[in-house]
Amino acid sequence: MKNPFENLDRVLEHRVRLQIMSVLVANKSYDFNSLKEVVGVTDGGMASHIKALEKEKYISVQKSFVDRKPNTSYKITERGRNVFKKHLDALEALVKQQKK
Amino acid sequence: MKEIQEYEKDLASIRSTMDRSGKFISLSGMSGILSGVYALAGAVEAYFVVQYPQSPFLFRTDSISEETTLLKLLLLAGQVLLASILTGLFLSARKAKKEGVSLWNATSKQLFINLAIPLITGGLFILIILYTGHFGLAAPASLIFYGLALIQASVNTYDEVRYLGFSEIALGLIAALIPGYGLIFWAIGFGVLHILYGAILYRKYDR
Repeated sequence: MKNPFENLDRVLEHRVRLQIMSVLVANKSYDFNSLKEVVGVTDGGMASHIKALEKEKYISVQKSFVDRKPNTSYKITERGRNVFKKHLDALEALVKQQKK
Repeated sequence: MKEIQEYEKDLASIRSTMDRSGKFISLSGMSGILSGVYALAGAVEAYFVVQYPQSPFLFRTDSISEETTLLKLLLLAGQVLLASILTGLFLSARKAKKEGVSLWNATSKQLFINLAIPLITGGLFILIILYTGHFGLAAPASLIFYGLALIQASVNTYDEVRYLGFSEIALGLIAALIPGYGLIFWAIGFGVLHILYGAILYRKYDR
């Protein structure tokens, strides 16, 4: 078996990003405030990690208005889903390897 | 490179985040108990409107043909529904505040949509049933559609809600088989079962 470390995604090494991706994998779409609540970080922290994931095209952004208030929600992209799955597999392989 | 424990923590955080993000956990068990109590009170009042002084366990031969009786029952059902919804909203909002989350978030929105579709369908269906004079089917239909709504909604909240849904459907089907006992089945489904499952939720998650 090849080294599972190679399959880890550098961008997803950060736990907050991993948590954001987890939420978006499990749900069709999620808005900024709900996401912040589940992950439990500040506005600023959230924004920077969202930006990083957006830059990699792991997630897509939808801006709309709900009751005249701006509402931003996020969806995982096909690319994001694949990267997340690969990263998860690598994590599992690493942990399993260690336990042997 | 991170330590192996860090990777284990990563895995654990993925699991818990996925779980938390999809579940509405502010649902109040106490509101289930209270809406059961309202339903029982409503059923007792309905019994006095419709059947008194006959025993409630006797088969009802005279169906509700008078328009005023029907209106009284609809009004009564509406009151029970309104009181239950308001109590549910109030207590869930309080629980959400205690847990530091908002009541109206991505998950509760999804929960609301999942509940609303079968409930509105069922509500319209029952109005049509009443309009066409099939009074005996109103109680079974309300139990069955409510059960379907709960099963739909249970994806986004506690697992117990799913079992409550199955119980309501089973009860509704039995009620459809033996017509004339609608009020009794209705009292069991919306009264007794709500109190029972509300108490389970209360013990497990409210405190």
